[in-house]
Amino acid sequence: MATEVLMPALSPTMEEGTLAKWLVKEGDAVKSGQIIAEIETDKATMEFEAVDEGTIGKLLIAEGTAGVKVNTPIAVLVEEGESADATPAPAAQPQGEKQPQPAEGSEGKAVDEPLVSSPGAPVPGKRDRSPDWPEGTQMKTMTVREALREAMAEEMRADKTVFLMGEEVGEYQGAYKISQGLLDEFGAKRVVDTPITEHGFAGMAVGAAFAGLRPIVEFMTFNFAMQAIDQIINSAAKTLYMSGGQMGCPIVFRGPNGAAARVGAQHSQDYAAWYAQIPGLKVVMPYSAADAKGLLKTAIRDPNPVIFLENEILYGRSFEVPVLEDFAIPFGKARIWREGSDLTIVSFGIGMTYALEAADKLAAEGISAEVIDLRTLRPIDYDTVIASVKKTNRCITVEEGWPVGSIGNHIAATIMQQAFDWLDAPVLNLTGKDVPMPYAANLEKHALVTTAEVVEAAKSVCYR
Amino acid sequence: MATRKSPEQSNASREELLHYYREMLLIRRFEEKAGQLYGMGLIGGFCHLYIGQEAVVVGLEAAAKEGDKRITSYRDHGHMLACGMDAKGVMAELTGREGGYSKGKGGSMHMFSKEKHFYGGHGIVGAQVPLGAGLAFADRYLGNDNVTFAYFGDGAANQGQVYEAYNMAKLWSLPVIFVIENNQYAMGTSVKRSTKSPSLWERGAAYGIKGEAVDGMDVLAVKAAGEKAVAACRAGQGPYILEMMTYRYRGHSMSDPAKYRTREEVQRMRDEKDAIEHVRDLLIQGNLATDDDLKAIDKDIKAVVNEAADFAKESPEPALEELWTDIYA
Repeated sequence: MATEVLMPALSPTMEEGTLAKWLVKEGDAVKSGQIIAEIETDKATMEFEAVDEGTIGKLLIAEGTAGVKVNTPIAVLVEEGESADATPAPAAQPQGEKQPQPAEGSEGKAVDEPLVSSPGAPVPGKRDRSPDWPEGTQMKTMTVREALREAMAEEMRADKTVFLMGEEVGEYQGAYKISQGLLDEFGAKRVVDTPITEHGFAGMAVGAAFAGLRPIVEFMTFNFAMQAIDQIINSAAKTLYMSGGQMGCPIVFRGPNGAAARVGAQHSQDYAAWYAQIPGLKVVMPYSAADAKGLLKTAIRDPNPVIFLENEILYGRSFEVPVLEDFAIPFGKARIWREGSDLTIVSFGIGMTYALEAADKLAAEGISAEVIDLRTLRPIDYDTVIASVKKTNRCITVEEGWPVGSIGNHIAATIMQQAFDWLDAPVLNLTGKDVPMPYAANLEKHALVTTAEVVEAAKSVCYR
Repeated sequence: MATRKSPEQSNASREELLHYYREMLLIRRFEEKAGQLYGMGLIGGFCHLYIGQEAVVVGLEAAAKEGDKRITSYRDHGHMLACGMDAKGVMAELTGREGGYSKGKGGSMHMFSKEKHFYGGHGIVGAQVPLGAGLAFADRYLGNDNVTFAYFGDGAANQGQVYEAYNMAKLWSLPVIFVIENNQYAMGTSVKRSTKSPSLWERGAAYGIKGEAVDGMDVLAVKAAGEKAVAACRAGQGPYILEMMTYRYRGHSMSDPAKYRTREEVQRMRDEKDAIEHVRDLLIQGNLATDDDLKAIDKDIKAVVNEAADFAKESPEPALEELWTDIYA
């Protein structure tokens, strides 16, 4: 049966081209793979190969013809003993009704439901107001550092596929002593000291997770994870989707995030908003020791890649932690630290320090602030925030990261969309200043968000 | 690098040679068909064909056992077919259809098969190298004797993360074979224009990794080298580097201006080095098969590929709900 040779699309965007040159003439026998023509576009000249074997029955488009649309028949290929006028096989008609045009995708189709995501993205959590532990549970005082170590040790005891990998996690006992004692208990097989090679070991850990292990990757700080961010986003976060659900990546990337003290611009950056933007990741940023422990245990058990953002300054702070055999806190559940009626302060991570201090000061001036710790930034517990704003009618947000595209911006937008009629004042975002972190003590202090700024903003939304 | 074996020197059996012939021809015909479907607008975006390099994956798969893993770059169709993935599912992924390996959500560059231990299909040049070392890390951790084949090109060989992976792979004696498919061109930049290193496999010496260059157009040489590397890795003496000297006949992707090499150079490789013709010669001149035997195989392959193409055209586009699935496990 005769086959039509069609003008090919040689790039994702090509619509037409010039048939610059025929390298065969009518009557020539061609083999598959043989170059039969040169096609020119505005970008390049490309060689066009025959796919089928046969004899050139007819050249339908003369060489030198410009503006030949993609899929126009340009030649007829016949089999032995066949006439060039034979009817081309129907199979050679590429754009039959049944075949959707990939270039247009689904946009051209009538869709019952709009494809925009709900204002909910990053994925909303379900509102859950249950206490994190039963009333009357025995408590003990513990630093955030100890809580993180306990969480890892408990999960490593429970599941032999969990291992810790990173720089100085073993013999050095952790650059910030989070992994102290783990090498002794679990050995070098499961507490793996790596060379200084973030891109490499992040990729290796992702590969190990594809193959069924549950790595915990410690970055000495998240500033160094920028070396590895391609593996975190392109490999860890997207593979489940790109594989149609086949290949999951149960992994935790953890380490200190944000400004420490006097370490300058390259070591002082908050990545909360960066990672919270990525579908496929979960993002956790605890403030208290109880949350650090309960959320890290959940992170290690989660079948997805989790970014766990700690803070060096919080490592040494002590909090009450429940004494429970198996204590985990679900993602997507904010914690109301302090109930109030005049305004809502939404924060997370070290931002909570300023939020709680400000709430104390505001109380002294007769302003009752409700303070919400988001705890996880993907998923976000919007319901708790919205319910609070509907009660207080005012909201400010507090974080250390930069102002543009901040978590606060996103919370403000969500409140505007879901509780506009309840607002008595614009939502204000307290953030770090829009500058690289300076070294000088006075400048550094000014670059970060301060309690005084939070108090001032709270008063301003209360028109006080 | 040993020279090619003549029919008299080859010890390969009829069955073995027919298997190679069939597997390599399947890849070539599949890729030609993919090129055709691309030209018809049924395949979109980037599409990198493997034509010319078939002996590399077919030879190495002959050295692998069940449980071994493989991971590669975006020029991945050949690897998938060689490890036994179904041509229909691969082609339907190329057309972005529900019947594709990733339900149409991955495309040419991003396909996976847990069942066949194929870990992608990765679009970022070099990223699969540490990932592959990580697969091997998992096998060593779990205490089995599986080996991982981590394929990458001469272009990726200049990425820093490759050497980070080399260093750790050797440090921890990981059972990974780094397979450099040196097809001479990183897009349009020849190896000579991208490095002064005399060879790519020798860079492993800096990390204490053994390796060798192999005639990647000779499936028997590839298999022999693969067996040696696999044996070293299974014996706990990994990693290992194999630099496969190979050649792609087609452009880097479908939109390749073909200005960086001469047509004569491509034709010379096809005429003198073609891996499929080589096996055909071994079979015919060694009196192991007749023209008719091979024609029958050609016919079978054509049917498999046509069936794959038909499936890829007829499989529906994914349901719109698929937009929102598989983001979280």
